[in-house]
Amino acid sequence: MLGFILKRLGLALLVALAVSAIAFFLLRLTGDVAVAIAGEGARQADIELIRKTYGLDRPVVIQYLDWLWKTLNGDLGTSIYFKTNVAPLIIDKLPVTLILGLSSLALALAISIPLGVLAAIYANSWIDRVALAIAVVGQALPNFFFALILVMLFSITLRWLPVSGSQTWQHYVMPTIALGYYAAPAFMRLIRAGMIEVLSADYVRTARAKGLPAHKIIFKHALRNAVVPVVALAAVQLGFLLGGSVVIETIFALDGLGYLAYQSITYKDFPVMQAVVLLLSVVYVLLTLLADIANAWLDPRIRVA
Amino acid sequence: MQNPETGTAVLSVADAPELSEGRKLLRRFLGQKAFTLGFGLLALFIAIALLAPLLAPHDPYGQDLTARNVPPFWYAKGDWVHPLGTDPLGRDYLSRLIYGARISLLIGICVVIISGVVGTTMGVLAGYFGGRIDMAMTFLVTTRLSMPVILVALAVVAIIGSSLWIVILVLGLLKWDRFAVVMRSATQQVRSLDYVAAAQAAGASTTRIILGEVLPNIAPHLIVVATLEAASAILLEAALSFLGLGVQPPLPSWGLMISEAKVHMFFSFWQIALPGSALALLIFAINLAGDGLRDAISPEGRN
Repeated sequence: MLGFILKRLGLALLVALAVSAIAFFLLRLTGDVAVAIAGEGARQADIELIRKTYGLDRPVVIQYLDWLWKTLNGDLGTSIYFKTNVAPLIIDKLPVTLILGLSSLALALAISIPLGVLAAIYANSWIDRVALAIAVVGQALPNFFFALILVMLFSITLRWLPVSGSQTWQHYVMPTIALGYYAAPAFMRLIRAGMIEVLSADYVRTARAKGLPAHKIIFKHALRNAVVPVVALAAVQLGFLLGGSVVIETIFALDGLGYLAYQSITYKDFPVMQAVVLLLSVVYVLLTLLADIANAWLDPRIRVA
Repeated sequence: MQNPETGTAVLSVADAPELSEGRKLLRRFLGQKAFTLGFGLLALFIAIALLAPLLAPHDPYGQDLTARNVPPFWYAKGDWVHPLGTDPLGRDYLSRLIYGARISLLIGICVVIISGVVGTTMGVLAGYFGGRIDMAMTFLVTTRLSMPVILVALAVVAIIGSSLWIVILVLGLLKWDRFAVVMRSATQQVRSLDYVAAAQAAGASTTRIILGEVLPNIAPHLIVVATLEAASAILLEAALSFLGLGVQPPLPSWGLMISEAKVHMFFSFWQIALPGSALALLIFAINLAGDGLRDAISPEGRN
């Protein structure tokens, strides 16, 4: 187990390092940062000054190592647009995105576990078909379109919820629905497939033969085993939800990391852009690392492979 | 191989079950209502895109400032000159929707061609050679998956500027991961089979084995991944255009149309609902067709 964890940890570190290089070089190599910061109609002298001020006149590799060293020490530079330190700016926005991500994940599980279990127990019945329909529609509706439908329904027609902002819990309701709905189909398919497999397993047949009541078999014996792969998927999906928060937070002007990322992109605020890309990627690396370790712990067969 | 007669004999024996298997596959395709529906809808979208100049009642870029925000025909103020109304610049909405199908399908097809070539090359090489090449590919895929596509695409497009072709190129170079993963495991399965060993024994070169034996046999998986990835690429383009960093005006991208209508959604929600529904219907069709293909290829995966 320890060997597995160490090996997996090594890979995670390597990936994190690669991600940091990509986050840095992608933004450098796709254009002249100084020109982009200076904006249209800037004089050559201005561009030169910006190049000096931000240290852009040094070799790119030196700039990267310098940036990496500072990042590791918690110094993410100064925002070009907000004119403040990037680190506190990000820490400030992080809770909003975490709340949104976790509540979306909770909503997705709350929809998909009961539906997935029911669809497996009553496979090929109308319940199964309704669950399938929800999954298919969920995968086809563009999330920004779904979000606008929610705004139209709950804010404009019914006047129940605020359109945008992040002051109260009501501001989180629509973003959570819009984001969580998209994570649900993947869980539903996984739980349904897992339950169908487990329900035909020998130990479930034994439990049935012993005369155990159905609810006990389903919850105590079947679901517990069918839910194992869900743990891994939950970690991966949470990573996707954090990425998806860029679109959803922008629509609802929910003041989190996703909205900050969008703002930094439109204002060409490179230090913030790099920091957000790096942070979200590293969070994803950590989540998949945790998921793999949890899986290996739950299922000893994986450790050997 | 040397003797044409034995060659034909072997072929015909091997071919007989192949053919009936193929017919069974086709019947399973058509027997599935969902697949038929999905494929039919997709064919309809492709026909609309191809015949756009014939079908569109007006020029999709032609502005008419005397007829702005005309509602669709089912509203009291609607008329049949513009069956689905006009946008704030007086452009015919039906014509823009019809031409929008071209953009979405173009994005889906071109992105999948780029990402398919990149991902399949990586996956086949990793699956065939294994060892260090496989480790390198796993590392690249893990790294790629760690970075949110939408965020990286937005950042790159914001720096180098956005146009239809840049969006296609950026998405194509970002979305190869699923091709690589699926093609890798498909190649691993195929390379241990007898006919690959036979080809190796016959002295065929590695290039020839990969192109002649491996690729044709993993092609069905390739088609399934391509279908589902096309849907995801179309959704990503729509999201980028919606955020103003994808396809630029005046092109009638459905995502961009939703973005342009967002400002006055209180008054004319239909301007959002129409391109949104078109997008949803297209993705729905592609997903149904893709799922149907997958089920037909791997019957054990149907549950």
